Amino acid sequence: MLISCPHCGARDSQEFAYLGAADLQRPDGLEASLAAMTDYVYLRENPAGRLRELWYHRGGCGRWLVVTRDTRNHRIEAVEPARPKGTEAGA
Amino acid sequence: MTHHPFRTASGGFIDRSKPVRFRFDGRDYRGFEGDTLASALLAEGVRLVGRSFKYHRPRGILSAGPEEPNALVELRSGARREPNTRATVAELFEGLEATSQNRWPSLTFDLMSVNGLFAPGLVAGFYYKTFMWPSAFWEKLYEPLIRRAAGLGRAANAEDPDHYEKAFAFCDLLVIGSGPAGLAAALAAGRSGARVILCEQDFRLGGQLLAERREIDGRPATEWLAETIAELASLDTVRLMPRTTVFGLYDHGVFGAVERVSDHLPVPPPHQPRQRGWRIYAKRSVLAAGAIERPIVFAGNDKPGVMLASAVRSYVNRFGVLPGRKAVLFTAGDEAWSTAADLSAAGAEIVAIIDSRPDANPARADLARKLGARYLAGGAVTAARGWQQLDHITVREASGAETVLPCDLLAVSNGWNPALHLTSHQNGKPVWNEAAQAFVPGDVPPGMAVAGNAAGRWTLAEALVDGDRLSREAVADLGFTPAPAARMPAIEAEATGLLPVWRVKGGRGKAFVDFQNDVTDKDVEIAAREGFRSVEHLKRYTTLGMATDQGKTSNLSGLALMAEQTGQSIAATGTTRFRPPYTPVAIGALAGHHRGRDFRSTRLSPTHEWSRQAGAVFIESGAWLRAQYYPQPGENDWLTSVNREVLAVRKGVGLCDVSTLGKIDIQGRDAATFLERVYTNGWANLPVGKARYGLMLREDGFVFDDGTTSRLGENHFLMTTTTANAERVMQHLEFCHQVLWPELDLHMASVSDQWAQAAVAGPRSRETLARLVDAPHDISNAAFPYLAVREITVAGGIPARLFRLSFSGELAYELAVPARYGDAMMAALMEEGRDFGITPYGIEALGVLRIEKGHVAGNELNGQTTARDLGLGGLMSPRKDYIGRLMATRPALTEPNRPMLAGFKPVNKADRLRAGAHFLDLSSTATMENDLGFMTSVAFSPHLGHWIGLGLIRGGTSRIGERVRAHDPVRGGDFEVEICSPVFIDPEGVRLRG
Ligand SMILES: [Zn+2]
Repeated sequence: MLISCPHCGARDSQEFAYLGAADLQRPDGLEASLAAMTDYVYLRENPAGRLRELWYHRGGCGRWLVVTRDTRNHRIEAVEPARPKGTEAGA
Repeated sequence: MTHHPFRTASGGFIDRSKPVRFRFDGRDYRGFEGDTLASALLAEGVRLVGRSFKYHRPRGILSAGPEEPNALVELRSGARREPNTRATVAELFEGLEATSQNRWPSLTFDLMSVNGLFAPGLVAGFYYKTFMWPSAFWEKLYEPLIRRAAGLGRAANAEDPDHYEKAFAFCDLLVIGSGPAGLAAALAAGRSGARVILCEQDFRLGGQLLAERREIDGRPATEWLAETIAELASLDTVRLMPRTTVFGLYDHGVFGAVERVSDHLPVPPPHQPRQRGWRIYAKRSVLAAGAIERPIVFAGNDKPGVMLASAVRSYVNRFGVLPGRKAVLFTAGDEAWSTAADLSAAGAEIVAIIDSRPDANPARADLARKLGARYLAGGAVTAARGWQQLDHITVREASGAETVLPCDLLAVSNGWNPALHLTSHQNGKPVWNEAAQAFVPGDVPPGMAVAGNAAGRWTLAEALVDGDRLSREAVADLGFTPAPAARMPAIEAEATGLLPVWRVKGGRGKAFVDFQNDVTDKDVEIAAREGFRSVEHLKRYTTLGMATDQGKTSNLSGLALMAEQTGQSIAATGTTRFRPPYTPVAIGALAGHHRGRDFRSTRLSPTHEWSRQAGAVFIESGAWLRAQYYPQPGENDWLTSVNREVLAVRKGVGLCDVSTLGKIDIQGRDAATFLERVYTNGWANLPVGKARYGLMLREDGFVFDDGTTSRLGENHFLMTTTTANAERVMQHLEFCHQVLWPELDLHMASVSDQWAQAAVAGPRSRETLARLVDAPHDISNAAFPYLAVREITVAGGIPARLFRLSFSGELAYELAVPARYGDAMMAALMEEGRDFGITPYGIEALGVLRIEKGHVAGNELNGQTTARDLGLGGLMSPRKDYIGRLMATRPALTEPNRPMLAGFKPVNKADRLRAGAHFLDLSSTATMENDLGFMTSVAFSPHLGHWIGLGLIRGGTSRIGERVRAHDPVRGGDFEVEICSPVFIDPEGVRLRG
């Protein structure tokens, strides 16, 4: 499988580490309920079809990427950095 | 002995000036360069080459290619012995040795062929039915019995002495197959300037053109072939790869291929691999893999001497071999008729041409007459007979009359199956095409186009047109300016009429569908009768198509017979999908150099060379090779050396490489905030120039990693991780930053490989270091107290970082210098410490020192322990959120009776503790219910003079002074130990602050 890293170009998926569904919202550990935190830690979307998911380019630029992939045929629709430009404080 | 009795007088792509000697079953034979083992055996008149899998029936050579189900041999001998090699693709080389398989005691006299007499017991589903009960009989009785009776070749008993490589290639267009379609495709793309790779499984390019007497533009097709290959070879962007099988298509145009670099040589040349496993990244591909001819199911159709018509042409035209002298052709279509003409031209007698189609065609009758052959329109071969090889056939004529025809060769053709396997590897489903009378590619994988025979387009003209057009479309799509359409050469009219005959009933004897797995027409009938009607059930119940050839010649016959049984069409019956690999691939080609010691890469510390010269014994530690201990003359066991090294640290000064620790540089305005969130303890108040121990949890609340982190500046931290988790921690921190808190202003970089780091430990460590540290840096206790960190220079200007950290509990430092100074730093420290008796120590002594001090390490950070379990609960800040904080409060993680860290010493001081031993109360029996925990780390403490241990036990240090048993059923120990504090030495920490 090939993933087109926005920084490095099309690279073999062997260079990447996988971490399941993206768009995680980590609850605040001081305020959230244990149940909400448990959902965050253990529950992931796992659809047969379009999925936004996290890949880490460990053999390349070290960026976490959000890859939109169809789990049925591995077609990749989009690859974006997980940390968009301009999210830094003061940037 | 006269050689080559069945060789034609001239012709073929063999070099008659280059004889090649080989052995088969212990006898000497000769062939020519350019032969396969199969063609050379046929030229020598050898037709019986193996015994079948189940019934031990005599088998010959069916095909001339990779689809061969019968002619499997053991190739080579000794460590290079290779079972189940297809003689039809084994390139002949001088001294080749081959042995027939699955026969006992000899090929011609096989006692196991009585299996055939017990035939009723071996029909479809016999494994399921016969060997059902009792299950205990499987291992002792049934399996050995089956294995002796049925089987394939024997693997070598010794390690493979050859090398294998992995290689990677990238191209615009990958062309699979070098027949007319493939060559046309490669040429069109090559002319446009695109990067082309052309893979051909054969050792010679040309595909079916090599086997046919055809004309292109009124000249022999072989001339067109030679010119085309010459032009391709002249193009810089075209890479021709013969002997290379593309065995699999994976996602996004990634192909797996295996190149047989040295299989055609007795041994690989120096520095050359035997095979090379390729991963080919292709933007587009043209599949031009051709087609596989189908046999016909009739009684005795496995008799040596029954051969696919296309294979007959290949042996005659390509190899100059007559597979028989009295030949009969049995065909269901036009295309195979040329077989009779080719055989006749080569000197064989054509006894008869049996065309199963009922219409008596005058042109065909005319051709038969010219060849002196009987033409039996609407006839069918009911049986092939003979002892060990074909002697005669029985034919049912259109009138119903039975005729016996003597012959030694029966060429059969039932049309073709496109070699569409690669189109199916990504789940593509083949579809039945009525015009082609075959399954053809359905939904083709993205980027792939299918040309010629592989698409069910049977003529040479179509192959040339397809290859050229599809290739030009592909390169135009990639932005190249395609070459103008090639002028289509003149090709004589090609007849492709076909009316397949799937089975001829009425003959006496077994009629085979799958030759390699000995599946007969009766087996398919049984499967249908017993309800195993879907293609997947048929396959599993009868083992049809499950042999090493994966049913290349048998699948469709099986489907057609099932369709006949169920009254459905073949299209409705459907087909199984194909999976990689297309043909068997040696594990070696997939592993490449990654075997034995090289299974994974070995990392060396930047002080490795120094350690080697100092006589270190090395040990693998994760990916690293680390110094375990440094034996001195007269030390005969490792413990003596380790004890000496430990005592040197406790009493003088020791030196140990710690470069392998992970090091992460963290900079930015929010760096301290970030550390607050990833560590359990506090960081905001850490002064510049100080280090602190940090504990990291996973988000599920268990301990992840630990280490010290230093504040080098207001917004600059240097984190260290354990050696084992260096990469995982980096990935985790990047996740936390980029995904969870992108708003934090900081950057991280791994600097693990940039620094060489050494621990200098022991009461004399300060004096040693003071000699190396440049003025004016002051490392006195007052100026550089415990946990101080400073950027300094050493040895006259070399930049360095000095940390006052102690893993051993002694006065100790860690000195870091740029990695290239690693060996020099060790040598310099040894020099400066000589007066103080400086002693290098390895990770064995490092382990003893930390166990004596009660520090947890990898054995305790095992992914199942909490901070509280390890006595580190005090580091969990109640005032902030951090990774794992909330989940660590789960009831099971805070349950008071969880095993917790404690120290252990043997009651009888002579007892040797063992890591992994389980704790039991003194009177408990050894059951899971009574388990109190287990010993995680042990060491012999030279300081105390006995073994000590760390372990996790229910109650932990609240049970100090109590006795329990350390029970070790694996190594057989069971003795009393006393629970004690995990800190065995200097519990007040006086030494490390001294
Ligand atoms: Zn990248």
